[in-house]
Amino acid sequence: MKKYLLVMICLLGAGFVSAAENRSRIIATGAATTIDGSAGGGIVPMAALSGYGAREESGGVAFASYVHVPDYTMSAVGGSWSWRNRVEFSLADQRLEHPTLSAALGVPLQDIRQSVAGVKVRLLGDILYSKWPQLSAGVMYKHNHDFTIPGAAGAKRDSDSEAYLAASKVFLGGAMGYNLLVNGVARYTRANQIGLVGFGGDKNDSRRWYAEASAGIFYNKHLLFGAEFKQKPDNLSFAGEDDWQTLFAAWFPNKKLALVAAYVDLGEVATLPNQDGWYLSVQGSF
Amino acid sequence: MRVVILVIVFFITACTAKAPSLSLYERLGGEEGVDDIVYQLIVNISRDERVVDRFKGVDIEKFRTGLVHYICSVSNGGCIYTGDSMQVVHAGHNYTDTEFNAIVENLIHAMDHQRVPTAVQNKLLAQLAKDYGDVVYQ
Repeated sequence: MKKYLLVMICLLGAGFVSAAENRSRIIATGAATTIDGSAGGGIVPMAALSGYGAREESGGVAFASYVHVPDYTMSAVGGSWSWRNRVEFSLADQRLEHPTLSAALGVPLQDIRQSVAGVKVRLLGDILYSKWPQLSAGVMYKHNHDFTIPGAAGAKRDSDSEAYLAASKVFLGGAMGYNLLVNGVARYTRANQIGLVGFGGDKNDSRRWYAEASAGIFYNKHLLFGAEFKQKPDNLSFAGEDDWQTLFAAWFPNKKLALVAAYVDLGEVATLPNQDGWYLSVQGSF
Repeated sequence: MRVVILVIVFFITACTAKAPSLSLYERLGGEEGVDDIVYQLIVNISRDERVVDRFKGVDIEKFRTGLVHYICSVSNGGCIYTGDSMQVVHAGHNYTDTEFNAIVENLIHAMDHQRVPTAVQNKLLAQLAKDYGDVVYQ
């Protein structure tokens, strides 16, 4: 937690001295950063690429996020860099702490770490200017560093890749004059709890397509209120896995900084039901 | 989940009920308002190194009156824009995505400066965003 706070403070500092104001895309079009490291909301990525670089510019972000639900906490740190609003490269490091589960299982293990590397390509369109949504395709490679519990739970492997397609559009003045963000994602995956409980399982071990969506309304160019939905696999007979939802407020005070707060509903996570709580994320752009 | 959907539906439907009586042009402040926005836009452009060089040799008075007319015509101000199409005006210059964004940003700042409400800004931007394909990389 201390290390995490330090990262947050550094990010805030970096945000204030960064060059993001010189990048040309319009404020908030760089989105926030998901816990997987790709530009998007909190749990659902978007077709938008990170940073504010237009097609003759490049830029990136660093982020730190924190999730707190009754029996788990998770922190994620990482960053991404986008080249000419065409390709986004992202890295994230996630750490899940599971004290209740450890006590129930009688094991000394306290946390699970996962690293995520991602690439996302903007295929066509512009989230603001084109008639059709901006369309991007991405792949992620995830490696779970603490496979003991996931393995015991029946997960088949500690590393895997997944792919997704994202379509995003901001309808300018689309909701009573306010800008309306609509985003849909199809993800091809077999990750259990995004990979924190490994990949594949006894009930299902093949990748399948899952739907994710988010929508929001910009109260003004700095403030976005919205919701996300993430359909998830249910591969393990050891424990049910629920879909995830969030209700969020994102604040973009300027092009250097973004802060996101959310209420999250993660459902049942590794036998422990009713995991709803809160989420905080800070992003610095450069 | 039901709550999430309800919230979204509420926000979307709450908006459609309002019957706008004024034209976008009037909500931009009419002739004086649009004049002031365009003037401030030109001021902002003159201070923006990303695009200021593109205006070297441009007849600013012609640009100003042309843009005022164009905004009037796309905002139902009753003007008929008689200038060259956006495609013709920008052809051969290879204006970039960066430059387009820079102009949009300067326009937003100009509207902020003139205290144009968010919803009115968005409606004008929605009209002008349609020209992206006619302006960029032509």
